[in-house]
Amino acid sequence: MGMKFVVLVVVVLAVIAIAQIMRVYELSSKIRGKREEDIDLRVNNINASLMLVFLLLFFGSFFYMLAVYGNGMLPEPASVLGEKIHWLFNVNWIIVIAVFLLTNGLLFVFAWKYSYHPDRKAHWFPHDNKLEMIWTVVPAAVLAVIIILGLMTWNEITGEPSDDAVVVELYAKQFDWTARYSGDDNKLGFSDYKLIGNAEDKSSGTSYSNPLGLVTDNSVLWRVQGLNDEIAALDENIELEANNLKAYSQANLNKMNAKVEKLRRIRERVLDMTEMYGDSINAFAEDDFVTKELFLIKDQEYFFVLRSQDVLHSAYFPHFRAQMNCVPGQRTSLKVTPTITTQEMRSKDNIPDDFNFILMCNKICGVSHSNMKMAVTVGTEEEFIEWKNGPLATVAINDSIVAPAEIDMERMDWPEPAHHGDHGEEHEDEGHNDHAEEGGESHGDPHGH
Amino acid sequence: MSAAAHTDHGHHHKESFITKYIFSQDHKMIGKQFLITAIFMAVVAVILSILFRIQLAWPGESNSVLSFFLGDTWAPDGVLDRGMYLGLVTIHGTIMVFFVLTGGLSGTFSNLLIPLQVGARDMASGLLNMISYWLFFLSSILMLYSLFLETGPASAGWTIYPPLSIYEEAIPGSGAGMTVWLLSMTIFIASSLLGSLNYIVTVLNLRTKGMKMTRLPLTIWAFFVTAILGVLSFPVLVSAVVLMLMDRTLGTSFYVNDTIIAGEVLEQSGGSPILFEHLFWFLGHPEVYIVLLPALGLTSEIVATNARKPIFGYRAMIGSILAIGFLSFIVWGHHMFISGMNPFLGGVFVFTTLLIAIPSAVKVFNYITTLWKGNIKYTPAMLFSIGLVSSFITGGVTGIILADSALDIAVHDTYFVVAHFHVVMGLSAIFGMFAGVYHWFPKMYGKMMNAKLGMVHFWLTLVSAYGVFFPMHFVGIGGAPRRYYDYSVYEGFDSQQFEMIMDLNVVISIFAIIGGLAQIIFLFNFFYSTFKGQKAVQNPWKGNSLEWTTPVEHVHGNWPGEIPEVHRWPYDYSKPGADDDYIPQTVPLKEGEEDH
Ligand code: HEM
Ligand SMILES: [Cu+2]
Ligand SMILES: [Cu+2]
Repeated sequence: MGMKFVVLVVVVLAVIAIAQIMRVYELSSKIRGKREEDIDLRVNNINASLMLVFLLLFFGSFFYMLAVYGNGMLPEPASVLGEKIHWLFNVNWIIVIAVFLLTNGLLFVFAWKYSYHPDRKAHWFPHDNKLEMIWTVVPAAVLAVIIILGLMTWNEITGEPSDDAVVVELYAKQFDWTARYSGDDNKLGFSDYKLIGNAEDKSSGTSYSNPLGLVTDNSVLWRVQGLNDEIAALDENIELEANNLKAYSQANLNKMNAKVEKLRRIRERVLDMTEMYGDSINAFAEDDFVTKELFLIKDQEYFFVLRSQDVLHSAYFPHFRAQMNCVPGQRTSLKVTPTITTQEMRSKDNIPDDFNFILMCNKICGVSHSNMKMAVTVGTEEEFIEWKNGPLATVAINDSIVAPAEIDMERMDWPEPAHHGDHGEEHEDEGHNDHAEEGGESHGDPHGH
Repeated sequence: MSAAAHTDHGHHHKESFITKYIFSQDHKMIGKQFLITAIFMAVVAVILSILFRIQLAWPGESNSVLSFFLGDTWAPDGVLDRGMYLGLVTIHGTIMVFFVLTGGLSGTFSNLLIPLQVGARDMASGLLNMISYWLFFLSSILMLYSLFLETGPASAGWTIYPPLSIYEEAIPGSGAGMTVWLLSMTIFIASSLLGSLNYIVTVLNLRTKGMKMTRLPLTIWAFFVTAILGVLSFPVLVSAVVLMLMDRTLGTSFYVNDTIIAGEVLEQSGGSPILFEHLFWFLGHPEVYIVLLPALGLTSEIVATNARKPIFGYRAMIGSILAIGFLSFIVWGHHMFISGMNPFLGGVFVFTTLLIAIPSAVKVFNYITTLWKGNIKYTPAMLFSIGLVSSFITGGVTGIILADSALDIAVHDTYFVVAHFHVVMGLSAIFGMFAGVYHWFPKMYGKMMNAKLGMVHFWLTLVSAYGVFFPMHFVGIGGAPRRYYDYSVYEGFDSQQFEMIMDLNVVISIFAIIGGLAQIIFLFNFFYSTFKGQKAVQNPWKGNSLEWTTPVEHVHGNWPGEIPEVHRWPYDYSKPGADDDYIPQTVPLKEGEEDH
């Protein structure tokens, strides 16, 4: 506190002192009859020279930074499309730098050169159609080139993946990533966010978790089991309240009642799933495997399918120059073909020996946004197989944990209210098989794409 | 209320303190009220930015400045809280973009200059104008209040993308903080709409005799188009905000689809966060020009006056303002190239966005040509105007890279974008605002600001501004995402990258602190001169436009007698054949003399 007080006193004194100095200055200029708007020639010239000094400093520091940090010091792009982006970036960069130097240069040089002199009169030059034409047409032509090159690259980046692209799902949630490889069939099993959760079978003590919400016969059963338990627990509390054994506030009670109703509605939709997916329900999920690290094979094209559980995230691979947002309730995608392995990268001169590729989150997603990352390794096919059989990769859906035999599967007989009846079921059979054919798409909710 | 109804003003009826200084309906007073409020908000926003810059340069180190401002709640042991870091960034951006550069800039100068330069007694509706200011005031108070909420201010970024901005469980700032943010912004928009409608009507209807649209100073053209942009785009933000309020309170699902927040499975289905992005940027992009155009208008006037030369290509300047205004409505998708929007649409937005570079380039070349063979007087206003042209160039060229969707993939949401928009919009608009204050201070307060202090202020500001934002480009190309609390993610992955980001962040933060402190010179000069500055003469800069024909002492109704008639454009500087190097707009054309 004492410190703060001293600082305050010093600040106040400083302000008073400056005010006094100003006062003296003002008085003296009054005596000399000097007016504030009359900038004397010497001061005007100083400002003009400073324009030139600034220009030199400005360009000097620019070239210095360009030399030291040119491409932001990121290592060369390590993916096929990254190389294309890099090339295009350099083309644009050169154009942009040329324009930057030319216009800033002219600006400050003129500012320096044409500073005020009482003997001179400014040149009367209100317009010139030819000049104006030139600097409309020339930028337009340059921009046309930029647009054409840009759109060509853009189309390539966003075009369809090739047939042998490996499909991998990147699943984002606050604040981590999960990768799901589509396995030997190269097709991702269906998923639905309503199936995400844990369940326990109290009688046998087994438990089951489904963090990505994969849809299989078994996972549906387990989810119903989990929901039954949740509803039962809430019902019990409500019961206790009714018998005056617990003193919940009315607000809490309302909340619990609403939650029970909601869980029942969700349960209904979960119960629909088995029928909805029909025979194909188990088709693609069994060989999927998940990891918390990404291992990619050099020169193999990957087709990443991005999903988010909660808020917007963005899958950002700085070293591949690749990025795409992850949107809750929607699937987005990203193509990457790595071209340099981690080992090769490390053996380069200017790259540290402990270098690793990384996947980060680049859309503000909460308090720990800046911690949301996943390690990425690029290696050979053999290394990949070894890695896949190692401890890091686990099956996506553990169907060896069989659901308890007696799950209450009874449908609610409450009338489905009209205003939330339109949520999914009716549209469901609009061909999820087609989507499965495409490789990336899994299903569960028709609004998802 | 027409100009005629006002003619009897100015002589009689004494006003009370309250009607003169507080609930004033006089446009000059309202302009000053906007300015003072904006200066206060700017000081807050600068302090917020210095606080988070301290964290970025010296992450996790205890700092007494942080504990001084944020106390134990938000900076325990002098280390900035992660949530509060995002809160600071969010409120800093919101205040700067909306309260300083929209409300402050348009509010101050449209109010001050529109009636004075078109030759009107006051705004079309003094009452609406007054309400506009007080709504602005109220919304400012609310925004500041949100900093003191227990759960922290809104923290989802100034772009408040849902679902993050909807659920308190997703980030604490999306609780009460977000509610207050939405409320404040809604009031702000109401204020902005009232103001804009007033500006439009005044420019269209209350011009004095002879003031054809093609004789308007470029300031007025800029304010006019800005007001139109505001009227057309801000309502869209209101609807976006209303839909969000419904998602937050009524459980609708405009922006929400199949989400699980904090372990709770939500039923909301069928909405899309991308819808919000469209609505937000439909305002958001015009908004950047709402910020920029007034600054360009102010400098057009200042550059011509101080170079003692007509602005080059007056008609082309008007044309490019109109072109920019129109195009700014069809480019919003360039903020969404990688949002999941259809890539074909992305391609269309690449095209429209790059088109906007053409009128921008025309403006730059016209400014430069105006300087060519001029006779330049370096008043502080002129210095800042040159600063504006420079920052507009420097920031504009990086826009070309960002507009190229393929390249945007690599730099979207990194510090490259932060650098781009701070230079092109932040610096340009702030420089324009400073230029305007130095230039029209005599009109506002009847006093002169100290020129030498103004010069020192300019050079320190220019150098530190570039010192802050130039290195940021490299940090961004180097893969540093924005809205990161620190860059420790790179540790153990790419240590070289980590070190580069850290080094430059220190440089940036030091310049930020210097630049922030340099503003004390301005504040001092401003407040000192208000009270003790040299008394101004009627036309200190020897300008042509109408405001310099009004008396130094403000009178209600602006001109004590008749409103002068206008005979020429405002840019007859150093016209051949004239005795003086300026000819005010009120001087009739000589026999055989051509209007520009
Ligand atoms: C040559 C003209 C310009 C072009 C081609 C251009 C292009 C772009 C593009 C493509 C973006 C999106 C980048 C991204 O999010 O990844 C962007 C961001 C931005 N630009 Fe520009 N721009 C130009 C001029 C301006 C001007 C004049 C202003 C302001 C007066 C401005 C203000 C902004 C702002 C505020 C953002 C970022 C908003 C945010 O994400 O928070 N730009 N610009
Ligand atoms: Cu994230
Ligand atoms: Cu934009």
